[in-house]
Amino acid sequence: MTFTLTATVPSRGLDVRLDVAEGRTLALLGPNGAGKSTALGLAAGTLRPHDGEITLDGRALAGARDGRRTAWVPTHRRRVALLAQDPMLFPHLSVRENIAFGPRAQGTGRREAAARADRWLAEIGLTDLADRRPAALSGGQAQRVAIARSLAAAPRLLLLDEPMAALDVDVTPALRQTLQHLLAEQTTILATHDVLDALLLADEVAVVDGGRVVERGPTAEVLSRPRSAFAASIAGLNLLSGTWTSEGVATAGGEVVHGHGAPDVALGTPMTAVCRPAAVAVHLDPPHGSPRNTFRATVRSLAPHGDLVRVRTDRLAADVTPGSVAELGLAPGREVWLAVKAAEVDVYPV
Amino acid sequence: MTAPVTSERAATNRTRRDPAEVPAGLPRWAYLPAVVGGLFVVLPLVAMGTRVDWSNYWGLVTSESARAALVLSLQTATASTLLCLVLGIPMALVLARGRFPGQHLLRSLVLVPLVLPPVVGGVALLSTFGRRGLLGESMEVLGLQIAFSTTAVVLAQSFVALPFLVVSLEGALRTGGERYDVVAASLGASPTTVLRRVTLPLVWPGLVSGTVLAFARALGEFGATITFAGSLQGVTRTLPLEVYLQRETDPDAAVALSLLLVAVAVVVIAATSRRGAGGAVR
Repeated sequence: MTFTLTATVPSRGLDVRLDVAEGRTLALLGPNGAGKSTALGLAAGTLRPHDGEITLDGRALAGARDGRRTAWVPTHRRRVALLAQDPMLFPHLSVRENIAFGPRAQGTGRREAAARADRWLAEIGLTDLADRRPAALSGGQAQRVAIARSLAAAPRLLLLDEPMAALDVDVTPALRQTLQHLLAEQTTILATHDVLDALLLADEVAVVDGGRVVERGPTAEVLSRPRSAFAASIAGLNLLSGTWTSEGVATAGGEVVHGHGAPDVALGTPMTAVCRPAAVAVHLDPPHGSPRNTFRATVRSLAPHGDLVRVRTDRLAADVTPGSVAELGLAPGREVWLAVKAAEVDVYPV
Repeated sequence: MTAPVTSERAATNRTRRDPAEVPAGLPRWAYLPAVVGGLFVVLPLVAMGTRVDWSNYWGLVTSESARAALVLSLQTATASTLLCLVLGIPMALVLARGRFPGQHLLRSLVLVPLVLPPVVGGVALLSTFGRRGLLGESMEVLGLQIAFSTTAVVLAQSFVALPFLVVSLEGALRTGGERYDVVAASLGASPTTVLRRVTLPLVWPGLVSGTVLAFARALGEFGATITFAGSLQGVTRTLPLEVYLQRETDPDAAVALSLLLVAVAVVVIAATSRRGAGGAVR
């Protein structure tokens, strides 16, 4: 294992064991306050463990036994880069200088560092913005630059703390795609409360709740057969696989799913269309109006899901109010029409 | 999507006001005492201007004693501002970022010269560095005599000016927070590199205003200087001391020199505040 962490922090109620293999991405999935940021803080060197050991490439980054320190490497010598919700670009430096910061700080010459920054700018498609100040960037651009800045420092481990949380929903699909591409070879820990991030970016998932890892395993396995309450509550996303056509995602069943935004992929690329059950509307008659994705389906089961009722069908799951269930007379076996706005469907290459 | 990151926009636009905004929490009656207060500050300066003997002004401010005092004042105030920077920046860093027992107490103690009558500061310095002082006696043995020398002037000025720099820089460091420092460290920057390339550039406006305040305070120092350093022409008699002395014998010269001090203060504040504002958006 490239990175291992076994630590307790009693003051924050944390007791976790994690590891990440070379080049893999581990998602820490959990609700706010579950201890994800504390775990990242331990890896980054902003928090000390009370007990435990943290290693990277076999080197002890931190160690403690019952509060007594046995090993400690300060943040700047760890080769662990941290990217938070906010891009935190240095406001007094240009975009290029921001990306060149890591190489410069590690002793690379000014010219070589600038050249490296320019290669990263090309990689994230923001070459035009090299001389701008961070204040002149949009939120999505700033977060891309922040990612490039983290990676330009050539970290052995990259920590992403809710990298999408502060962004508009309009820009997250594009940023996820960028991350998907950039994290392919990078050993990464991604803290998120969004199951989509885990699904699309992570090889493995560790579900964190109440300061403990309650479940872990390959992403698809954890999300398709959730054993913990939290994993179950967040899983259940609607996934539709198909291939990319000029119309949208064509499924094997011959339907075309219209998504939101146009991913920059070749025709015929395998794709997944994703939508949340809450975005699925249930009708008894074929719906009219704005362009929608509609599916004919048969209700399989009804189950309470928070304040709503989760309606499972042979196609998609839908979350509707108890009032709608009564009004539509939903019951297992009932034939319905499911409708999803294109704006509620995210499409991703897989 | 195209909205710039709001916190950074707030920082750069801090001084600009949108004319469309309606101020809340500003009662109309507040204008009256505010105007009276403004007049209270400005009127004495104007009054002093009307008392200046303009026909002899040049002669008054270029007399030998006046020139000696001005040169000494600028030299000592510059020296003590530098001393304040050398000691004050690390002090502000330790107070804002460090974690150690007694931190609260130390922060309060640093502020003491701010509230202490300067004469008392002078007495305190005398009991430290004077001939019979705590350190003065052993320094005497080494042939070092500080009291009543130009060094004493610099020490007196630094003593009273240091809190101004420390307080404004520490405030800026606390407001800025440590988050940028953590990001920089995680990119591989050593603490010294973080300080040089991130922390100090981000508190630049606070550092500039603290430096200006310290310089202005040093330039105007009177009580501690006359107590600890005395009033020897060309050695310890700075401009404020010269003004006080001339007030007895030659009131016209005192007014002329006072105006000179006002002018120096205005020039320093105007020059550095513009540079400070530029630093914020640099």
